[in-house]
Amino acid sequence: MAEPMGFFTDTSVCIGCKACEVACKAWNQLPARNGGKVQLSGISYDNTVELNGIQWRHVKFIEDFTPDRSTERWLMMSDVCKHCVQAACLEVCPTGAIIRTEFDTVVIQQNVCNGCRSCIAACPFGVIEINPETNTAMKCTLCYDRLQAGMVPACAQACPTQSIQFGPISELRQRAQQRLEQLHAAGVMQARLYGHDESILGGLNAFYLLLDEPGKYGLPANPQLPSRNLAPSAALSAAGAVALGLLGLVGLRKQRMDRLAAEERGQGEGSHAG
Amino acid sequence: MAENHPVAYRYVAEAKRRGSKLISIDPRYTRSSAMADLYVPLRSGTDIAFLGGLIRYMIENEKYFKDYVVNYTNAATIIRDDFQDTEDLEGVFSGLKEAPQGTFQKYVYDNATWQYKRTAAWDAAKAREEAMKAATFAEMIQKMVPPPAEKDPTLQHPRTVFQIVRRHFSRYTPEMVEQICGTPKELFLRVAEMLAENSGPEKTMTFVYAMGWTQHTYGVQNIGAAALLQLLLGNMGRPGGGILALRGHATIQGSTDIPTLHHSIQGYMAHPDARRKHDTLRDYILTETRPTSYWANLPKFMVSYLKSMYGDAAKPENDFGYDWHPKIAGDYSFMASFHAMALGEIKGAFFFGQNPATSIHASLIRRALANLDWMVVKDNFEIETAAFWYKSPEVQSGELKPEQIKTEVFLFPSAQVAEIEGTFTNTARLIQFHEKAADPPGDCRSDAWFTHQLALRLKKLYADSTLPRDEGFKNLTWDYDYAPGTYPTNTRIQGEPDVMKIWREVNGFKTETGELLKGFGELKDDGSTTCASWIYCGAYPEEGRFLPANHTPDPDDKPGTHLGWGFAWPANRRILYNRASADPNGNPWSERKKLIWWDAGQKKWVGYDVPDFPATKAPDTPAKPGATGLDAHDGKSPFIMIADGKGWLFVPVGLQDGPLPTHYEPMESPVPNLLYPKWQNNPIAKVYEHERNQLATIGDPQFPIVLTTYRLTEHHLAGGMSRWLPWLAELQPELFVEISPELAAEKGIKNLDMVRITSKRGTIVAKALVTPRLRPLTVAGKTVHQIGMPWHWGFMGISVGDVVNDLGAWVADPNVQIHEMKALLVNVEKAQ
Repeated sequence: MAEPMGFFTDTSVCIGCKACEVACKAWNQLPARNGGKVQLSGISYDNTVELNGIQWRHVKFIEDFTPDRSTERWLMMSDVCKHCVQAACLEVCPTGAIIRTEFDTVVIQQNVCNGCRSCIAACPFGVIEINPETNTAMKCTLCYDRLQAGMVPACAQACPTQSIQFGPISELRQRAQQRLEQLHAAGVMQARLYGHDESILGGLNAFYLLLDEPGKYGLPANPQLPSRNLAPSAALSAAGAVALGLLGLVGLRKQRMDRLAAEERGQGEGSHAG
Repeated sequence: MAENHPVAYRYVAEAKRRGSKLISIDPRYTRSSAMADLYVPLRSGTDIAFLGGLIRYMIENEKYFKDYVVNYTNAATIIRDDFQDTEDLEGVFSGLKEAPQGTFQKYVYDNATWQYKRTAAWDAAKAREEAMKAATFAEMIQKMVPPPAEKDPTLQHPRTVFQIVRRHFSRYTPEMVEQICGTPKELFLRVAEMLAENSGPEKTMTFVYAMGWTQHTYGVQNIGAAALLQLLLGNMGRPGGGILALRGHATIQGSTDIPTLHHSIQGYMAHPDARRKHDTLRDYILTETRPTSYWANLPKFMVSYLKSMYGDAAKPENDFGYDWHPKIAGDYSFMASFHAMALGEIKGAFFFGQNPATSIHASLIRRALANLDWMVVKDNFEIETAAFWYKSPEVQSGELKPEQIKTEVFLFPSAQVAEIEGTFTNTARLIQFHEKAADPPGDCRSDAWFTHQLALRLKKLYADSTLPRDEGFKNLTWDYDYAPGTYPTNTRIQGEPDVMKIWREVNGFKTETGELLKGFGELKDDGSTTCASWIYCGAYPEEGRFLPANHTPDPDDKPGTHLGWGFAWPANRRILYNRASADPNGNPWSERKKLIWWDAGQKKWVGYDVPDFPATKAPDTPAKPGATGLDAHDGKSPFIMIADGKGWLFVPVGLQDGPLPTHYEPMESPVPNLLYPKWQNNPIAKVYEHERNQLATIGDPQFPIVLTTYRLTEHHLAGGMSRWLPWLAELQPELFVEISPELAAEKGIKNLDMVRITSKRGTIVAKALVTPRLRPLTVAGKTVHQIGMPWHWGFMGISVGDVVNDLGAWVADPNVQIHEMKALLVNVEKAQ
């Protein structure tokens, strides 16, 4: 396997320009919602509102003001699939459509996905949705096709302030640590990293520098794999028992799919976008 | 800056990473504010009060950079005894007089009393008479050199510029700033301290501005106030200093260099003007040349320009064709032109990438368009201007009837920037070449193609004319077709002009041999050189070497001037007036801020940038009395384009509305002028009178709210490049009005309610975006609410909405005729 690659998103320099959203849609040829004819959301400057099957990058805008404006902050964050090291979507996918690539990223193979939605329920970050044009589950591929050609993902390439940084995870972690120390030294004590180490789902290959608690950004403080969520309730219900059985199968399946995926890559396949 | 220049904001982000401090001063908390160390609210339109407060703070607390101020500015110069300041005349300067007819003004200024006090008597009219008899241009200009000005380097003389400036701003106290701007005093003082701490020999500070400063009836004076402050703090001509203008869109700098402006020709020369003493070429040169600055070379620039216009037909005996050159005879600015159109005085119009049907006081503009016989719209899509006759609100309401509009509309589809090769000039005067990525689709063509083909056809039509008035057009050189056999083969588009041929003319060449010029130092005033734009001369110094196409950055960002990247006019200098980066003796002010310096061993200026100073002129060179050009300056005068080589704190010539910035209220304001109660507005602001162009009164109870307008990152100007694109339309899909929670509560408005916004000139509707990023301010003891609206929308395209500029007024700054869409009075109500 090549070195694990991913994103470090430094929200302290995000200016909410949405270049990442547009670059993503342009490269991956994703449609605008309703041809672009949509209504104002009323949520600050956010009108795409969520990550979904046609929205693989999404910039969040959080207006954090007290009535007297003694606190005044406008937090911005470009959200994306976290490409978890322990990826729930990959674990639950019954068809093996979701694979781990040689870059340690998580990709849904569109020619294998049958649109069963298991991954949608499993993702603790609400990243995946059905693309209504293809009826398959879609999310960020970390520009797998560009990576295979030695290129930087479209969003990172377009980001004007280097809020979205792409590179080998080990290097990004170092950079993130330095930036964190710099911010702490400058008195920005609320700054913190999210997903940079194994504590969250074995590590997020798209990790963040945040300026407040994860909850402020709508991120779960301690996301869990569905297997852990399901375990207690499963013991109490027949449905749970079925689910447990399925999970067992999935576990076996995963090993096989990993092997298959590796063989496929050997044949130079695996790219879906273009 | 983050909102409208996200790509340039990368440098701000990088500066922040390296520990720079960032202050955002804005009526709204913007995407730029989000990254700032300090956000400072103020009432829209009160920037001179704010900057004036900073100027006073720096002087009274002795925070100004004394060595810089004494040596490099006109602080020590003494002004004429009969000059009277706003302090003497309760808000106006000496020289105010009633305006002549046709200026759209009540008053204008005569600037005679604003001049330097000379060491000897000086009769300019008589000198001019003598000059007209001179044999050569150089002799003419020599006759126009005035005696030196009186000075007091101790700055103590009461009529020195320094003392006049001190008195002028003495009433701009922190308390007054708070009263006028609504900015809490403590916050204002924090700004003042931060600016002072970050200026001086070791540090520099820069101002970045955009339309927030320019779009006012005193827009130019807003920038002037910043310039005055930067000169006091020693932040001009030094790395990290200056005042950075963010442009409205790509290559706006280029479009003023190679101008689409009505009042100037190439390279910032004045447009020949029937209202000025411009009767002959000699008159023009005498009127426009500043004899004791680099502008003493104007005859060379002008004659070379005329050669570029008229080629072989331009000869010494016919004043190089000067009489053929069009002359302006009035205000031909945007609003003045539409005013004339509204009165039925204009028959036809071309709109290239411009959407006036959504521009200032758009409802009146759309009515004016209906008076045209014909118009040509060249754009990406059928924009509002092309569709006004069947789709505008006036047609919907029945006020205009399509069957009664006789305007014939010609809509031409336009090629896009990636479909054209050519150059951009950005705000740093940096010219960069870009290649084309693909052919444009269908019949889309570049503006160059359109202009070229139109000119070729017109030349044919005029070829047989014997009318004297057509002689200029017949003599106009127009040789831009590719040489036979050189037309590009990788395109299906035929008939494009050869961009490099245009560049030959822009850069200039020796008239006889065609050899390209290496710099404007080679220009002559006898017709032996041809050059359209002297400031661009040297960008294309020889065949096969086109510097705007250079893409060699400095390694590891050292030294960071990147002289191998593109070409910055003039002469590839990256920082203008950079002699000021060294002290009077020629040494860097500090190691940290060194840029260029005098190398005594080599006897020349050296460093990281191209010196903006005569290369071998030593710091101890004395000025030559009576000399012209830069010989008139000593070796310690960095501002080489200015008559005395000094940065002007006090501006004796060049500004219409006073030698010093003075706070006036916007034409529509909720409060009286607290600093000068007798003069509410800029006394010489322009108002284009029309029955539909009415203004609200001071504190008008019908229109109590201040509206400011702006753009969003997600859209581009009037929307021609964004509202038709699904990926951009979905990001900001509808027009909205930003309202503070306080005002929303007062008016019973909830987030996403439809609200009606009414000015004295019109009413529009929009969805409410209730946000704490806007806030009420306490101004002159009362609560003033401000609301904000982006103005991108119109009635065509994917994303449609009311035209915000329908609310605007035809009022203008007297220097550059810019409008005042940054501060209007309106009312807001829930729509249902």
